[in-house]
Amino acid sequence: MCRIGAIKSRSPQSPKAALQLMLPQQEGHDSSGFAMVMQDLYGAFAHDKEKPLLSMACTVRGLALVNEYMDHHGFAQLGQWVPDVCKDKSLNIHAMPRYVFRNYDYPEIFHYRSQAEREDLLMDTRLALRELLHKEKAGFVYSFWPDVLTLKEIGDPADIATYFGLWQDNCRLSAKNIVVQCRQNTNYDIVRYAAHPFFLQGFTLCVNGENTFFTRNREYQKSLYRGYLGFESDSQTLLYTLHYVLRELKWPLPYFKHVITPLPYDEQKKRHDADVLLLIRESLANLEINGPNALIALLPDKTMISCCDAKKLRPCVIGHDDDMAVISSEVSGLNVLLPNRDISCDIYPTERELVAIDDNLEITRWIQ
Amino acid sequence: MDTVNVQDLAVNDLAWMIDYSYDLCVHCGACVASCSFNAISFVAQHTLLPPELPKSSKKLAQKIIVKQSTDPTKICCGCGICAKVCPCGAITPIHNPHNREPFLNQAQGPRRRGGRGNLSKKRTLDALFVGRISQMTDPPLDAERHTFDLRAPFGRVLAAKDLPLEVHGNSLRVCASHPPVAWIYPLIFSDMSIGALSTRAWEAIALATGYLNEECGLPVRMCSGEGGVPQNLLTSDKLAYTILQIASGHFGWNRIVRAIPQMRTDPAGVLIKIGQGAKPGDGGWLSANKVSPHIQAIRGVPQTTLHSPPNHQGLYSIEESVQKMHLSLNQAFGFRVPVAIKCAASSTSVAVYNNLLRDPYRICGGFFLDGLDGGTGAANTVALNHTGHPITSKLRDCYRAATTQGLQGQIPLWVGGGLGMHADAAADAFKLICLGANGVFVGRVLLQLLGCVGNEHGRCNQCHSGKCPTGICTQDIRLVQRLDVDRGAENIVNFVLNFDRELKKLLAPVGNSSLPVGRSDALITNDWAIAQSLGIAFAC
Repeated sequence: MCRIGAIKSRSPQSPKAALQLMLPQQEGHDSSGFAMVMQDLYGAFAHDKEKPLLSMACTVRGLALVNEYMDHHGFAQLGQWVPDVCKDKSLNIHAMPRYVFRNYDYPEIFHYRSQAEREDLLMDTRLALRELLHKEKAGFVYSFWPDVLTLKEIGDPADIATYFGLWQDNCRLSAKNIVVQCRQNTNYDIVRYAAHPFFLQGFTLCVNGENTFFTRNREYQKSLYRGYLGFESDSQTLLYTLHYVLRELKWPLPYFKHVITPLPYDEQKKRHDADVLLLIRESLANLEINGPNALIALLPDKTMISCCDAKKLRPCVIGHDDDMAVISSEVSGLNVLLPNRDISCDIYPTERELVAIDDNLEITRWIQ
Repeated sequence: MDTVNVQDLAVNDLAWMIDYSYDLCVHCGACVASCSFNAISFVAQHTLLPPELPKSSKKLAQKIIVKQSTDPTKICCGCGICAKVCPCGAITPIHNPHNREPFLNQAQGPRRRGGRGNLSKKRTLDALFVGRISQMTDPPLDAERHTFDLRAPFGRVLAAKDLPLEVHGNSLRVCASHPPVAWIYPLIFSDMSIGALSTRAWEAIALATGYLNEECGLPVRMCSGEGGVPQNLLTSDKLAYTILQIASGHFGWNRIVRAIPQMRTDPAGVLIKIGQGAKPGDGGWLSANKVSPHIQAIRGVPQTTLHSPPNHQGLYSIEESVQKMHLSLNQAFGFRVPVAIKCAASSTSVAVYNNLLRDPYRICGGFFLDGLDGGTGAANTVALNHTGHPITSKLRDCYRAATTQGLQGQIPLWVGGGLGMHADAAADAFKLICLGANGVFVGRVLLQLLGCVGNEHGRCNQCHSGKCPTGICTQDIRLVQRLDVDRGAENIVNFVLNFDRELKKLLAPVGNSSLPVGRSDALITNDWAIAQSLGIAFAC
C-alpha cells in the first residue's frame, strides 16, 4: 500500500516538509519510490510564474531531442533549476542521467492566442515530448504547465531526497502547495509514469488504493479526450475523471464525488435533485470507482480536495492550524508537521464527504 | 424363419420406452389417465399359466397390463408424468439410445417441437471463472453485511456532454427533456406469450413479478411476449412492471392501443421483437390446437394456426425500424416509456448495434440479444438444432464495438438465451455482465421452476403440441388444472431471491457493490481460444 500526503500553506514550504510528512508513515509503504508535485512555486521559480515549466527526467540523448523539439516549435527557454545531485553510490535510487526543471516562454504567436488555446498547446507539447522520449527510450516528461513542478524517482524516498538535496534548508525549491506520495503502484511494472501524483492541465491527483473498476474506467476514457492516455496506474483514471468533470463538462466540484461514488439508487430516488443525480449516474457509470480509495487532488485554482471511496476502505485525515493545512494517509505524519494543532479539529472525511481547502485555508465539507 | 415387416414401428424404435412392472402395478389407472399424449393404455395380454398351477385344459391366460403405443400420433415423449403419479413405482419411461425416431420423423415431413436445441453443445460460460479475487490488494466485501446496489439501466442513455444540465451556482439543474431511463433489477422475465403459455403459467409469472416488486423491493420486470395482455392488467397499477412486446404478428396490440387512454400507469417499456435466439429467422408459431377461445379473444384472431412473419412488414432496414417503429411506439406513450429492440444473436449483430448507437434520434432504449441456447414454444427441429449464434462472444463483440467508439452503456445491452441451463443463472449473469451486459433475461428457467419436465436431451419438448403434461404450455383446461399458480409463483420468487443472494456472493469476492459491467479483468478462462476471442486472461 502506498501513502499519500499534501501540504497547503500560507508560506512557501520546502520539500523537506513533505518528507517529514511522509517518512513517519514508512511502515505503510515499501520505500520503492517518491513523487511530488509542487504548485504556486517560490525559490528558484518565484519569477515567471505564468510561464510553463517543464519537468522531466531523461538521458543525454533525450535532452538533445527535447531541446531540438522546443526550439523547432518556438519555445524559448527562460530560467531553470539544475539539482546539485549527490552521487553517493550507497543511495538507493534509480537515477536518470538528466533532470530538467525549466521555464519556457510561449511561441510568439501564442502571446496573441486565448488561454484555452495555450492550455491545449501545453498539453499537446507534453504529449509530443512524451511520445518522442518513449520512442527513443530516452526519458519521461511529467508536467509542462505554469507554476507547477513535478519530481519523481524510483528508490528509497529518504535517499532520493538526499540525492536531490531536498533535505537542505537552503533548497531552492519551495511552494505553497505540495502533493506527495511514497511507493510505487505494485500492480504494474515499476515505472515512473505509474507513480502518483499524476498531472494534467492544472489538475494534480494522487490516490491510495486499488481501483477495481479500472478496466471499465480506462476503456471509457480512452476515447473521451486525447489527453487521457498512459494508464500505467489504475489510479490515473481518477485524475482523468476529475479533469473531465471539472474542465470538460464544467460541472461544479461536488459532482466529481457523485460521479466516482454515486449514491445507491434507492437513496438517489428520494433526493430533491434525483433527476440530476440519475442522469449523471446513467451517463457516467463507467467512471465509478467502487474500490478502496482515498484521494488527494489539487485543482488549477489551487483548491486542494480529498475524499474516499463509498465504503471508506482507505483512510485519510486532514489536520490544520492557522498557517497550514495538511492531508495525510496516517495521522503520524500530521503529528510531525503540525504537533501543536488542535486535534479535535482534525477531519476524517466520511465515505460520502468531499473536503475542499481553498487558497485562504478555508475548509468546505460537502456531504453527498 | 418368419417374415418381418421392418417398416412397422416397434417400441424399441422409439426414443422412450416404458419400463413397466406388472408385479408392482395395482391397476389403479393413474398413469393411463394422466398421460396427455395417450402413449400408454391398458391392454389384455395373453400369458402362459405358471407351471406350478394345477394342470388344466387352458394353457393360456390373460392379464391386464399397461402397454406403450407405437401409433406415431401417440408416441411417448419421456415426460415421466406416469412415474410421477404411480403410487407403486411400477412405471417409468427410459431413454432408448438406439432409437430410430429421428429417421422415422424425417419420413413424415419437417418435425416441429418446443424446447431448446438437443445437440449437446459446449457452453463458453462454463469455461469462464471469476478469477480476480480481492486478496490483500483490496478487501473483499461481506455478502451478508455490505449493501449492494444491483440496478441496471433500461432506456437510452445520453453521453454526459449531451445531458440537458445547466449550472446554477454550485449545482446542476435539468433544463430540457431527455429519453426515459428506468433503473431496474438486472434480471428480466423474458417474453413468453399468453398462448404459448397457459393463462395460469403466465399468471404465475405475473404474480411473482408483482410480489418481487411490492414485497421484496426488487424491481424485476416481466415481458408480455407477443400474445396480448389481459384487459384488467392493462388498466391496473401492475402494468408498471410489464414490458409490452410487439412482434411481427402484432397480436394483441389492437386491445393494447385501445386501452392506452384507460391506463392508470405507463408500462415498464416496449420491446420490439425482431428475432429470437432459439429459431433465428423464424417468426412466432402457435398451433391451432392452442388457439382456444380465450386466446382468440385476447389476440383478436379466429381459431387457426398463427404464424408471425419472419420480419416486420414494411421494415426493410435498421434506419426504418428506428424511424417507424421506435418513433411511433415512443410517441404512443408520450416519450415516457423506454422502447427497446430484441434480436437473435447473429454474425450481423454488431452492425445492428452500431447503427442503433449512431441513430441521430437517440431513441433505442435497449438492445436485447438472444443466443442460440434459448428456448421456444414451437419451432422446426432443424432450426432449433442447427441455427443461432452463441451469446457470449456476440455480446462481447457488441460491447467492444461500442467501447471502440466510446459509446458503451448508451444503449444498454441485455442478453439471454440458455441462462441458468445448469441452474446457475446468477453465475451466468455475473460472467455476462463482466463481459459487457447491463442485465440478463431468462425464460425457460422460469418454466422449469413452474414444473416443466423438458430438457436438452429430448425429454418432452412438446410445448407446441397443446398437450403439455404440466399445464404450462397448453390451453387444455384439464391439463392447466395441474399447475398450482401460487406454488409456481412462489418458486419463481424464491429463485429470484436466491439469484440475488448468489449474485452478491460473486460480487463480494471481487470487491464490488455495484454491477461490474464490462469488468472483464474479473474473469479468467482455461481455454486459450476463448481467452483470445473474449480478450480475457488465460489461466491454467
